[in-house]
Amino acid sequence: MPTKKEIQDLYFMDARFKLLEIASFLDRVDRHEGEADFRHPAFAKALAAMQNPPEGTTRAQAVHLAFSDHSSEPAESAGIQFAFGAHNEEVGS
Amino acid sequence: MKYIEPHAHMVSRTTADYQAIAQVGCEALCEPAFWAGFDRASPQGFFDYYRQLTEYEPARAAKFGIKHFCWLCINPKEAEDPVFAREVMAMIPEFLDKPTVLGIGEIGLNKNTKNELAIFEEHLEIAKKYDQAILIHTPHLEDKLKGTRLIIDALNNADVDRSRVIIDHVEEHTAPLVLDHGFWAGLTLYPESKCSPARAIDILETFGMENIWMNSACDWGISDPLAVIKTALEMKKRQHSAEIVEKVIYDNPKKFLSQCPNFKL
Repeated sequence: MPTKKEIQDLYFMDARFKLLEIASFLDRVDRHEGEADFRHPAFAKALAAMQNPPEGTTRAQAVHLAFSDHSSEPAESAGIQFAFGAHNEEVGS
Repeated sequence: MKYIEPHAHMVSRTTADYQAIAQVGCEALCEPAFWAGFDRASPQGFFDYYRQLTEYEPARAAKFGIKHFCWLCINPKEAEDPVFAREVMAMIPEFLDKPTVLGIGEIGLNKNTKNELAIFEEHLEIAKKYDQAILIHTPHLEDKLKGTRLIIDALNNADVDRSRVIIDHVEEHTAPLVLDHGFWAGLTLYPESKCSPARAIDILETFGMENIWMNSACDWGISDPLAVIKTALEMKKRQHSAEIVEKVIYDNPKKFLSQCPNFKL
């Protein structure tokens, strides 16, 4: 298996590139007019979860969990047919 | 490098894609019935689709030396209207005797609704009645965790043979749920959602190389028919042996699919 340094050699530049994409995306939302919707706080919640994942949870799992619908009952109807990428807490399941 | 593509929607792809995957070692390909990017207007549209899956695509694949198999169902996205869905499901048994049909799939959930769940459970009854293997689609993005839990509950209630069920499109948060319950898991490699090659390999390294396969699920959307072989090359960069790579991209899908009487290489 590769060492930590070998993993850095393989993926550091790619991860650095993607981190700057995230930073620029957040700057872009800040810079433009209007109100951001529920996806903006969900994104901030996922970033925080990534930096401090709960015990026994990986960073990737913490990000998934931050974006997920945690309700357990089936929905009455579909409403929309697509997914936004983040659960809208105000709408519910 | 020989491999099996266990999940691809070739009705949406060009013949050049068959040529490309044949050139990099694809020996067999499995095509689950799915949503074609638009809702079909009548059940008869599915009759034509099932003929395409069982007659036309096997012939198109054979020109490149690829064996083509399929799974049949009405996909969850078109299952929100249960009357329509049941009319389509009534046609499935007459196609189960076709020589390249593997089982029932890709059934599952899309928006985790009561109607989707009812039709999913009725598909499970068809699979049990005709002794068919099952391939399951899990919902997208924020709906995946809840949908995977609902699907596992329904499978437990239906008392199916877990070794003949694969739950597809798992990610970091759902892979352990699926594997710990004794089902097979599928990793889908997409450029913009689901898993990248690097993350798919992370999941393999974290949760093990048993009872899991990788697929491109290439369809009408942004997807890559060469995703499996590209991930195999990424595994080599991550210092996985040729034997382990072959296990994941060939031996594992062969092991699961060999439980389907019609799967013959």
